[in-house]
Amino acid sequence: MKKKKISGAEAVIHSLLNEGVDLVWGYPGGAIMPVYDEFYKFQDKLKHILARHEQGAIHAAQGYARSSGKVGVAIATSGPGATNLVTGIADAQIDSTPVVCITGQVPSHLLGSDAFQETDIIGISMPVTKWNYQITKASEIPEIFAKAFYIAKSGRPGPVLIDITKDAQFELFNYEYSKCKGIRSYNPLPKINNSSIDDAVKLINKAKKPFIVWGQGVILGNAEVEFKSFVEKSGIPAAWTILGVSALPTSHELNVGMVGMHGNYGPNLLTNECDLLVAIGMRFDDRVTGDPKTYANQAKIIHLDIDPAEINKNIKVEVPIIGDCKESLKLITEKIEKRSHEKWISKFDDLMKIEFDKVINSDLNPSKKGLTMGESIIAINEQTNGEAIIVTDVGQHQMVACRYANFIHSKSNITSGGLGTMGFALPAAMGAKMGAMNREVVAVIGDGGYQMTIQELGTIFQLQIPVKIVILNNDFLGMVRQWQQLFFDKRYASTEMINPDFVTIAKGYYLDSERVNDRKDLRPAVERMIKSKKPYVLEICVEKEDNVFPMIPSGASVSDVRLS
Amino acid sequence: MEKKKNFTISVYTENNVGLLHRLSAIFLKRHINIESFSTSESEIKDVFRFIIVVKMTKSGVEKVVKQIEKQVEVIKAFYHTDSETIFQESALYKMKSSSLFEERHIQNIIKDSNARIVTVNPEFFVIEKTGFRDDTEKLYKDLKSYGLLQFTRSGRIAVSKEKMGISEILNTFKNQK
Repeated sequence: MKKKKISGAEAVIHSLLNEGVDLVWGYPGGAIMPVYDEFYKFQDKLKHILARHEQGAIHAAQGYARSSGKVGVAIATSGPGATNLVTGIADAQIDSTPVVCITGQVPSHLLGSDAFQETDIIGISMPVTKWNYQITKASEIPEIFAKAFYIAKSGRPGPVLIDITKDAQFELFNYEYSKCKGIRSYNPLPKINNSSIDDAVKLINKAKKPFIVWGQGVILGNAEVEFKSFVEKSGIPAAWTILGVSALPTSHELNVGMVGMHGNYGPNLLTNECDLLVAIGMRFDDRVTGDPKTYANQAKIIHLDIDPAEINKNIKVEVPIIGDCKESLKLITEKIEKRSHEKWISKFDDLMKIEFDKVINSDLNPSKKGLTMGESIIAINEQTNGEAIIVTDVGQHQMVACRYANFIHSKSNITSGGLGTMGFALPAAMGAKMGAMNREVVAVIGDGGYQMTIQELGTIFQLQIPVKIVILNNDFLGMVRQWQQLFFDKRYASTEMINPDFVTIAKGYYLDSERVNDRKDLRPAVERMIKSKKPYVLEICVEKEDNVFPMIPSGASVSDVRLS
Repeated sequence: MEKKKNFTISVYTENNVGLLHRLSAIFLKRHINIESFSTSESEIKDVFRFIIVVKMTKSGVEKVVKQIEKQVEVIKAFYHTDSETIFQESALYKMKSSSLFEERHIQNIIKDSNARIVTVNPEFFVIEKTGFRDDTEKLYKDLKSYGLLQFTRSGRIAVSKEKMGISEILNTFKNQK
């Protein structure tokens, strides 16, 4: 341990290093300058990447966390720097992403005086953080940083914000760091109740038409192996929520597809036919359940979740199993009988055939001239062999990408699920790449969301972050347009866009880029993009007014899923 | 439809700046009106206790209490019906001193209500009454016509009939370390 006194700003760097951080995303400004001065001094140990907007920095930190499983770190100055983080913080909160945000604050003697670039970021961020804290004395830094990282990654992960006044950054003190091992008011790992394990085993063993729905909890709990063993021993068909998808390979014979508003036909319809629903690490979001009053009423429900507040929040369940699913799945798998459910599974197959004929075939093998989003995703699958991390934004392209992308490895689908943040994908993709340099990262983005954070092309160019960016351009805010077509008599209020030349913009950032309009050019272009070792922007111009199906209209029952 | 009724939510927390904001945000997000709110240090040093009264359904209050307990600095949260708690409120009534002598009836009101005179000076006197909402409300109505200068009522304070076991939770944590 150092005996020499150091500044609060230097203590921030040491604290980050003590937590194993080697990369932070941020944007400097007045109230955080002392910390930036230390980034300069410690640049060989701790890399700082300058985003082009604080929202870019936080989404990059989220992408980094999601691809690496580590805590993402974003840093910004006070006032607007801090408020620009808020969307990303809310996104990380609702999607349970471990990030630590550090914001500068005006000197403590100016707090509450409406000083230049003062904002109450503690108050503003409180409802969207797992925890936050304002540091006004340098001596608080080690303990608060240790707590912040512990809270962000333990239990159900989430965002933490630390606000540091400028005087605390300058103040000298004796630095000493020890990692946080526990907080008395916080129980991140609830103990699993053995009798509920037994109850679950009984239900699973006697079920005739059991159905699994899994979510991101499997990935966050590093429980992919335990989950796969459970699925295989129980023989139960399993469907995923959008954030859970890559926990089990797409090609697995018991993987029956996606649930929810644009999920697959079978899993949605059969939710209301199964006799047992095993929900694992998912939270019965309204985009998954449709009308909760008509959701799986006929079924007994077992719900595995680490967060007690999720139990009976949206859907009443018979058997709650609170705790780490890595452990509970193992306990259940040990006790259940090995079974298979061929007849029940054949129902999923039959419904998949219907979906193929009515939806998938025309999505993937279109007879019309214009390109579809679906065939674009298939072209990416072919070139990446399902090895890539697919980062998506929000809207039609997101649903299509999740429906048709092939996944082999966990942590391969990065998207804004709960908050639905347009503009997420471009910065999240550069973060995801930095978190998994050995993997191919393909961002799939609509023309609307792309323009919300397009400035991050500057970051990608400066650092030559080799992400592959695919713009699925239909010159519309497609998902809103689809709703306007279906529910508002085609009154296309403010959804059509006259777009700039995306290739020219990419070239302005000195990035390789091309545009595809014709089917014959699609595969060669995707191949060139994937073969490239550099960042690459591929604009694919697709049909303007295609719709995403199947669809459960908002507020309708899962059994009302429509194919057209 | 599930019926709404009064619930007393008791929250044991660490003593930290901003926790009040974090708790009130949980109610705000769900558009729940808080009927009464009070806080002070509890029977355990450095552990604070919030008493929050809400009118809502049982399933609603259950969810809210889970959200409260999810907060990192909340040690434990409980909800109770009125019959499961012992609760009181306190009220202060400031009156013109002249009315005490001119309106003899006031003296009877004070006596009948078991209220206490806290202070008397030439300009005003202050009455204190502790009891249920109905009691303080009745006294308010009785005094109103005699020139009530100021009236204030505290939030509910309450203790539960059941054990809360906060020290046990804290000790278990200490022993694990």
